[in-house]
Amino acid sequence: MSRKQLTVSDLEARWAETPPARKWARVGLDTGGIAAGARQVHKALLEAREDAGLSVDIEKAGPLGLAYADPVVVVGDESGPAVVFGAMDPESARELVEGYFQDGRLLEDRVIATRERGRDLDGPPQVSILVKDTGDGKPEDRTAFFQDLFREELTVHGLDGVVGVYRALDMGLYGKGVCVQLLPSRVTYANVTGPDVRRIIEKSLGEGQVLEDLLETAVEPQERIVLRNCGHIDPDDLDAYLQAGGYRGLRRALLDLSPEDVIEEMKTSGLRGRGGAGFPVWMKWRNTRRPEADRKFVICNGDEGDPGAFMDRSILEGDPHAVLEGLLIAAYAIGADKGFFYIRAEYPLAVERIRRAIGQARDAGLLGRDILGSGFSFDADVRLGAGAFVCGEETALIASIEGRRGSPEPRPPYPSEKGLWGRPTAINNVETLAAVSAILDRGGAWYAGIGTEQSRGTKVFAVTGKVRNPQLVEVPMGIPIRTVIEDICGGAGRGARIKGVQTGGPSGGVIPLARLDTPVTYESLQELGSIMGSGGMLVMDETDSMVDVAKFYLGFCVEESCGKCAPCRVGGFQMLKLLEKIHAGKGRPEDLATIREICHCMRTASLCGLGQTAPNPVLSTLQYFEREYLDLVDARGPAAARQARRGRESQSNWERM
Amino acid sequence: MSMQTELGSLLGWVEGMRSRVRKLAREWEDQEGNLIMILHAIQNEFGYVPRGVANELAKEMKIPMARIYEVITFYHYFRLTPPGQHSIQVCMGTACYLKGASDLHDELARRLRLLEMGGGRGGEFQLETVRCIGCCGMAPAVVVDGETHGRLGLDDVEKILKPKRGTP
Ligand SMILES: Cc1cc2nc3c(=O)[nH]c(=O)nc-3n(C[C@H](O)[C@H](O)[C@H](O)COP(=O)(O)O)c2cc1C
Ligand code: SF4
Ligand code: FES
Repeated sequence: MSRKQLTVSDLEARWAETPPARKWARVGLDTGGIAAGARQVHKALLEAREDAGLSVDIEKAGPLGLAYADPVVVVGDESGPAVVFGAMDPESARELVEGYFQDGRLLEDRVIATRERGRDLDGPPQVSILVKDTGDGKPEDRTAFFQDLFREELTVHGLDGVVGVYRALDMGLYGKGVCVQLLPSRVTYANVTGPDVRRIIEKSLGEGQVLEDLLETAVEPQERIVLRNCGHIDPDDLDAYLQAGGYRGLRRALLDLSPEDVIEEMKTSGLRGRGGAGFPVWMKWRNTRRPEADRKFVICNGDEGDPGAFMDRSILEGDPHAVLEGLLIAAYAIGADKGFFYIRAEYPLAVERIRRAIGQARDAGLLGRDILGSGFSFDADVRLGAGAFVCGEETALIASIEGRRGSPEPRPPYPSEKGLWGRPTAINNVETLAAVSAILDRGGAWYAGIGTEQSRGTKVFAVTGKVRNPQLVEVPMGIPIRTVIEDICGGAGRGARIKGVQTGGPSGGVIPLARLDTPVTYESLQELGSIMGSGGMLVMDETDSMVDVAKFYLGFCVEESCGKCAPCRVGGFQMLKLLEKIHAGKGRPEDLATIREICHCMRTASLCGLGQTAPNPVLSTLQYFEREYLDLVDARGPAAARQARRGRESQSNWERM
Repeated sequence: MSMQTELGSLLGWVEGMRSRVRKLAREWEDQEGNLIMILHAIQNEFGYVPRGVANELAKEMKIPMARIYEVITFYHYFRLTPPGQHSIQVCMGTACYLKGASDLHDELARRLRLLEMGGGRGGEFQLETVRCIGCCGMAPAVVVDGETHGRLGLDDVEKILKPKRGTP
């Protein structure tokens, strides 16, 4: 049964709707959440609701991005702002329903304090106190001690049983001593000492007075545009997307703007491709619009090649309609009648959700003939990748959709002239397209106001490795890498020190600790010998061997080389052999010179981006951590090599300078 | 089983397989860019791409068998041999690698006494490496028959394997 086709006035009514007041709990059912047990948590919530006979909407959503805290549940009601719970299991899910929804009780060691912190206590009275020792060099954790202090003081003031005290799972603050967040006001105090406890209870809870000397005023560095709906709406529900303002950008493009206007809007926004190369979106669309052709195509690149990254998957799993809307807008701008989502077969959930979104959009008349009465017709389909990194490269991707081996072709001709089945084709990354739909809704000028002159807007990163809280973040361009790693993700964690951060995956390079204040922009990362890439950010600490990391990435590229051209096929293989030799403690000093030579040759003579960028991890570790290579070359035999690789103090060239 | 019934069931299988391939090929006939999608469907159904099925597909689509093999062998995702009864996938994404995934993999391989390639042909365990499975927060992670185990050390290997031994 197909649903009723939506008209513009149906959409407008949906956008204007205010959702009714209600209680809800939303479970992050993305791949990561599910692996950590989110399905069981979802089930337990449903059962507990039945048992308690409560009217709470138990919903599903995509990832909020807090990978370290999976499974994540967000709860809310009309009484105040939503509360995020992490590291949930079926038992705590039950407790949540029984405690939170019946009498507002939170859970011990499960709440993730928000960074949207309050500044005043003018609202309703405070009912919960979150406490966490975020460390300040002292080895012991004083959280429990402070919880006791608070409880005693509450008893003295007759507030025990009225105000709950809980250990927070995470405070969103690090190295700021004991931190406290009052709920529902979200007023947050840092570096709280013993004597402050009484003041907090008497002044803040008793008299509604904010203690300015303790108040934490640092603002959330993140800004969510691409991830605007991720974790907040049910990705399988078109209505939920519409209620969040979805397809407003499409309406504007189709009914208020000409295709040229849309391209102009992208120019104003300054949006550059998020898949790696950073090519201006408006230019790609103009180049694809220009040639005359019987047909044109748009493709969404969802191949996500970086082996440790999950930006695109998260977006597809969390907000598929936002990407589909972006693809529709791209198609209108260039004059395409058909589009494909090229998604890795290893992402079955992303595939399922995007397929469902396409089906819903077809039923609603947002895909098909004469969309919203604009005269524009377009349809989209999914094509699966089959486990080949090189198929993320545009010409290889096209070959793959056409049903051939994914071998890159020399460019020009560019896909914008001769792409899929020889027709002009625009290929854009998932994140790019999710930004497009937001830009058309809110305007290019709005978007251009975020970020830096050359790198506008926001970028999503998947921060992993030796970092306290691995997660997905979205930050305005130009923010220092240090802010992402330390302020958002909590740094290396207690007792460890960061040595460097790899950006750009197998095509990128490493940024040493001494350069962590570099702003994230296309230019500044390139200057350091790395790249922005698609958004993988791998944090390494002092126990990690840089030679090992370089070997890992190169090994990946060698395995994934399509073998079409010799510099990449032969050069990569030879270099990997040399790296393995060095890694095993059997290298010689002249091997490093040979490696550099091969790098140069691969960079300049390889046919496609894979071979051209494969040397980057090797070159950049050689640049900043040559000492580690030399130590291994000096080491005699495997045992000495192991010694040289493991447990070493940081020996980055930078730090010794 | 007598020769005849065995032969009969084999022929039945072949007939069934043929009609399924025909159906798939027809389903995708007028869709653009279908070969890889059909191969995915075949692998979903059979667990791998059997030679006989590829042969049937070549006939149905009227393309040379070599074209199909060229494609199958290029993409890592397609298998030419049947998978094992139990699948063990070690995440070798960057986060898991940094946290010791390759030692974990070697230990699993040692225990299973089979190498990743070649081994596991229809055997009990199929050991593979995969890329980031989305729970870097739980690195290093291993997926056993669809169930994810995180934060694993070498001592946990036996614990993962034990419940699976000798069970289909
Ligand atoms: C070897 C190689 C792998 C790539 N992998 C991806 C990928 O997984 N996802 C992606 O969006 N772009 C990838 N790219 C970049 C694409 O070729 C292309 O530039 C991009 O999809 C264009 O979209 P954008 O302009 O929106 O960034 C890869 C490039 C190369 C050379
Ligand atoms: S550079 Fe490598 S991947 Fe690219 S075409 Fe040459 S061999 Fe293939
Ligand atoms: S790298 Fe293993 S789960 Fe992400």
